[in-house]
Amino acid sequence: MTIDGHYDLVLDERGSLCPMPIIALARQTKETPDATILLLSDDPAAVSDVPAWCAMRSRVLLATGEAADGHGHAFLVAPTSDPELDLL
Amino acid sequence: MAYVNPATDEPGTTPVPLAPAGYFDAASTLPLRPAAREALLAALDLGFADPSRRYRDAARARALLDQARESVAAVIGARPDDVSFATSGTQAAHLAVLGLAKGRVRVGNRILTSAVEHSSVLQATRAVPDGQSETIPVDEYGVVQPDSVAAAIGDGDVALVAVQSANHEVGTRQPINEISALLTSHNIPLIVDAAQTLGRDDLPRGWDVLTASAHKWGGPAGVGLLAIKQGTRWRSPLPDDLHEGGRIPGFTAIPQIVAAAVALTEADSERHSESARLRLLTDKLRQVLPTLISDSVVLGHPNDRLPHIVTLSVAYVPGEALLADLDRAGFAISSGSSCVAEALTPSHVLVAMGALTQGNLRISLPPGAPESEVDRFIAVLPTIVANVRESIGAGDL
Repeated sequence: MTIDGHYDLVLDERGSLCPMPIIALARQTKETPDATILLLSDDPAAVSDVPAWCAMRSRVLLATGEAADGHGHAFLVAPTSDPELDLL
Repeated sequence: MAYVNPATDEPGTTPVPLAPAGYFDAASTLPLRPAAREALLAALDLGFADPSRRYRDAARARALLDQARESVAAVIGARPDDVSFATSGTQAAHLAVLGLAKGRVRVGNRILTSAVEHSSVLQATRAVPDGQSETIPVDEYGVVQPDSVAAAIGDGDVALVAVQSANHEVGTRQPINEISALLTSHNIPLIVDAAQTLGRDDLPRGWDVLTASAHKWGGPAGVGLLAIKQGTRWRSPLPDDLHEGGRIPGFTAIPQIVAAAVALTEADSERHSESARLRLLTDKLRQVLPTLISDSVVLGHPNDRLPHIVTLSVAYVPGEALLADLDRAGFAISSGSSCVAEALTPSHVLVAMGALTQGNLRISLPPGAPESEVDRFIAVLPTIVANVRESIGAGDL
């Protein structure tokens, strides 16, 4: 199932392995703290690590699913203050 | 400051370390205990004969084996006849699952295990002929809640349930006695893999089949424990063989079994004071490490856990790089991170808990681990993490 929802930018980390996708996510979050990020990753560890990292850093994992083109996983990561939170 | 035994509040001597300095991988294996080595050497000469024969040497071998069986039975709270010695903990786990599934084939074919069992148990469930293998989810600490077991049982057809006494990767204890009470009311037998508990922590009583591995309590490799309570419907899944009450095929390794029994008796007698001492050290590790290392998280249950295991995941570092640097610093540690696994997938235990899998470190203290070594670990790990982060461009996160 692909995921729906607004995002500000896409972080395509497909082809890179643990811990690189999480490093990229953390870096992007640091640079654009208010952005909602769509992270794409085909690293098997990301399925566990993205939700765990979000919990640790108080980011909101709005949705997870398959990437729109069918290659890898998609994670929609928002800042805690994201107005979309109210929709959940 | 003089060492005070936390179990008695009295000054005592720090126990002699069983393993070399910096060996923090007790959950994988321990060196042979000196008393077990002596027993092994003596039994190699005294217990060489075939115990089923009818001459003097055979009687002596048989007596040694009987004595070993009785002492192991006493430690686990079983009858000697319930106890059999397998050739490894893995073989014991395989036979526990396959034999119980065979004995219960008319009742059902559903094989339920926790999602965080040791791989030997999980692999065995997949090898049950016509069996249906299902896993029971765990909470964020890795605990198998009895309610989850009840939900998994559902409409029945359950041949067996397997739940470990405590988890091998994060140290969380499982509520075996509650799960056992629930299963008893459903007439379903429970296999308990006690590999991490025996000789280190209190053993829960509510098992029907118990498995463990001697090299994890300081016995020799090549000895597993398979205990089956009287009245449990277990049938050997292997070709007929008379050894070990028809449970374990092949010539019985009496010298190794004698050494394993000596090691278990010693481990069990020292564990009360030693586990209290180690718990203080693992409490310290659990409290201090996350404050010294940013974006790190301690896993497993904070209180209801084994005394000697601490597991930590550190963001932005590959576990493999941490292990290499720790090895250079003189620490032997294992990891459930994907980069360490041959299949490049993270540990199924960490995934089932929803835990961070990168930069994963399992610190498992051997009996007698000195506090000074734990302090040295606390001193070097933050620098090692910082260096690894720096080297992969994550130093500023």
